Amino acid sequence: MAPWPILSTITFLPLIGALLIMLLARGASAERTTKTARQIALWTSLLNLALAMGIFSYFDPANPGFQMLERHEWIPEFKIIYQKGIDGVALWFVILSALLTPICILSAFSVEKRAKEFMIALLVLEAMMIGMFTALDFVLFYLFFEGVLIPMFLIVGIWGGAGRIYASYKFFLYTFLGSVLMLLAIFVMVLQVGTTDMTAMIGNHFTKDIAIWLWLAFFASFAVKMPMWPFHTWLPYAHVEAPTAGSVILAGVLLKMGGYGFIRISMQMLPEASHYFTPLMLILSVIAIIYTSLVALAQTDMKKLIAYSSVAHMGFVTLGIFSGNLQGLDGAMLVMISHGFVSAALFLCVGVVYDRLHTREIARYGGMATNMPHYAFVFMVFMLASVGLPGTSGFVGEFLAMQGAFQASTTIATFAAVGVVLGAAYMLWLYRRLFYGVLDKADVKAMPDLNAREYLMFVPLIVLVLWMGLQPNGIHDFFRASTAAIVADYQNYKGTAP
Amino acid sequence: MMAILATPEIYLALCGMILLVGGVFKGDAATGKILILTVAVLIGALALLVTQPHYGTAFEGMFIADEFGRFVKSLVLLAAILTLILSWPYITRNQMQRFEYPILILFATVGMMLMVSANNFMALYVGLELQSLALYVLAAFRRDNATSSEAGLKYFVLGALSSGMLLYGISLLYGFSGSVSFDVLKTVLVENQGMQLGVVFGLVFICAGLIFKTSAVPFHMWTPDVYQGAPTSITAFFAAAPKLAALALLARVLLQPLEGLTTQWEQIIVFVAVASMLLGSFAGLVQNNVKRLLAYSSIANVGFMLLGLIAGNESGIQAMLVYLAIYIVNTLGVFGVLVALRRDGQSVEQVSDLAGLSKTHPLMAFAMVVFMFSLAGVPPLAGFFGKYFVFLSAVQAGYMPIAILGVLASTVAAYYYLRLIKVMYFDEASAPLDIITEKPAAVVTTAAALIMMLFVFYPSLLTESALVAARSLF
Repeated sequence: MAPWPILSTITFLPLIGALLIMLLARGASAERTTKTARQIALWTSLLNLALAMGIFSYFDPANPGFQMLERHEWIPEFKIIYQKGIDGVALWFVILSALLTPICILSAFSVEKRAKEFMIALLVLEAMMIGMFTALDFVLFYLFFEGVLIPMFLIVGIWGGAGRIYASYKFFLYTFLGSVLMLLAIFVMVLQVGTTDMTAMIGNHFTKDIAIWLWLAFFASFAVKMPMWPFHTWLPYAHVEAPTAGSVILAGVLLKMGGYGFIRISMQMLPEASHYFTPLMLILSVIAIIYTSLVALAQTDMKKLIAYSSVAHMGFVTLGIFSGNLQGLDGAMLVMISHGFVSAALFLCVGVVYDRLHTREIARYGGMATNMPHYAFVFMVFMLASVGLPGTSGFVGEFLAMQGAFQASTTIATFAAVGVVLGAAYMLWLYRRLFYGVLDKADVKAMPDLNAREYLMFVPLIVLVLWMGLQPNGIHDFFRASTAAIVADYQNYKGTAP
Repeated sequence: MMAILATPEIYLALCGMILLVGGVFKGDAATGKILILTVAVLIGALALLVTQPHYGTAFEGMFIADEFGRFVKSLVLLAAILTLILSWPYITRNQMQRFEYPILILFATVGMMLMVSANNFMALYVGLELQSLALYVLAAFRRDNATSSEAGLKYFVLGALSSGMLLYGISLLYGFSGSVSFDVLKTVLVENQGMQLGVVFGLVFICAGLIFKTSAVPFHMWTPDVYQGAPTSITAFFAAAPKLAALALLARVLLQPLEGLTTQWEQIIVFVAVASMLLGSFAGLVQNNVKRLLAYSSIANVGFMLLGLIAGNESGIQAMLVYLAIYIVNTLGVFGVLVALRRDGQSVEQVSDLAGLSKTHPLMAFAMVVFMFSLAGVPPLAGFFGKYFVFLSAVQAGYMPIAILGVLASTVAAYYYLRLIKVMYFDEASAPLDIITEKPAAVVTTAAALIMMLFVFYPSLLTESALVAARSLF
């Protein structure tokens, strides 16, 4: 138990920052407003990151359950409580959110139009993300899960590219539809258990026929969020049209919400139904990996390529989760955390050249290794991490996930391995087209290399990616106990009569 | 004991008549003063209502004062007060400066309060007609404007027809039970479970008459035309108070005197609720006039509120009341923004007229964002909680397929709420809107937006009083 409500603090501090921006960043000069907004946003998010790191001092890695619990009455007549807690699984997602937000804010310094509102939106988004990962009450969970839609809709729609309207509508309505179906499932669970406390749900046994419907309703929501094939069609549009900071947060954290939901709800609360649907999930995962990798090979837009690669990585995550063993789950967690760093960084890399030339067409670039060597190096680190080169963070998770899948089904794992090859194919080819070859375009030649702000964004991510690749135990140790407990409970339910 | 229970209504009626006489003598120039006095009178009535210590029946069982009535009547009074506040600048600029305006709203409020407190079908009808007649005139208040007169005429003709149906249903019920008193009817209908066809006919006609007032399908046809044609401040009143009173009245009538006919009216209300949710959601997609769009949105919202009624238990009614209260505040906030929008001296009503509002009036646009997301039911805004409770009560009562239809309708409706946000934020302004210095409307809008945003922190304030109100119906 922490001596102070640390989880609530890191949830609401960004909101206070947003409020401060609304109140303080005003004045006649647009430049002053923007500057104040940026400063407040950056320092708030850095403070929040520092506080979030404070979790480590109170977190007991050997404890598989929920720690730093906070519990208050909220709506007593409906037995809805305000409960927050964190376990090993949620821990790294909270840190990821807290870490990526200042990086996003730094990258958003290049936004000139309505910068104040953009900063407010990013801070509100951070509050929603952290709130969701630490929520232990279903209404609170749903509130934050849905709540991310509001700032994300505005971010894509206001600051996005040419096709942003279609992208923002599709993103919002698709995710909203899945989530309201999830809400009905929440109702059924709440009415059966008599409380909205998620820890009570975990201990409760739902009969198989109800559990199957519940699982499908939650699947509707998480499959869209992750996204899983064939519910992934919103992602390429949203990623391509979103501004850089939006894409970074979307890929870095929002996609993980689906994975987190699968682990926390589908695995922990509905284990029988998860076992029942395992073949479906494994097949969909493998299709996602191979299909989206093939589609990525055909892309001419950088951001769309990386967006499809995100779907492929999430295919590995669901593969790992639903293989139902410890290696799979650990692998899925490591893929999610690694992908959070790597894809965030890849979108930042795209943002670097987009800020300079305002195009994402791969064909418009070429030979950048010659005049932008630092940028080429940075891109290479993350590109190789995305491929899963041993030594980078991408390798550990992918390896474990496939090992877990191999135990569940060798055929599935074989196909997944094909997907790894395809992943290497499109990424290496992308790198070759962008950086190698002849530097013959004048505007590309004239581009300056990374500036100080961009270094500031990339250096922490490079360090994290390499550290995670070489010393994954630094991350793994913190969720080892939780995942072991989850898998043990999951395997105990397998084969239990309904 | 008896007449004291009706103190707020008697007080309002008397003050209304005094103000009317004063207005006749002072003329249209005194409209501002009369409006302020009316607001003061309404606040006085609210104070009287809230401090009322007794509950019970009065006037030989014609009038009932209970917690349910108190909850709804407070909301009605609040809606009337807020409407008058945001009306004042609007009527001065739109040649509507006549002293009858606030007085008609006051009389409509009296009618609504009588409706909600009715314990007898005759009292119900009197209150209903008082409210309706005042509203028919208000709809046509801009008598030089063709659409306003058309709105008033449509409302009047269709309203008279529905009142006729209501009366016919009441007479059928009277014929078969021998009384129009709710208490007597309740015992008679519960005892005689072998229903005669005539009683069911009476039920259907009564429902038809009352559902018209709530603007639910299939008696919703008047709503888009009247909302669009009436002056915007009147539309604000329409969207808030009469709907509130009509739903409360429907709840009371179906749950108290007609309790014996529950299996029959449940079928009617299920159909009405589902049809309203679906029609309101789909029809709003193609609208280009903001007021018409809000009319269809209100039809959909009534459908959701009726879901709470279907459950037929305390938590269902509690859900309906919570949704209703949040919806009223939300609606008044939206109209607080709409009354203030003008371009070249003319009121703007098309969706495209809102384009670029976020650049010219950022706070107003932000308030609209809050209201739109709240209407769509996106957390953490208050509208989500309304939807949460009604869907929860529907699932709890075993109506899962209807709940599924409801959430699908919510998703469809979300599109046109998003569209308004999109127009305000994502589009460029075609022609700049006038700078508004509408203090009263701004106050209403700001207060409403704050309530929508801060409701999540302390929902018990509303849910507890709604529960007390719901309990008193059973």
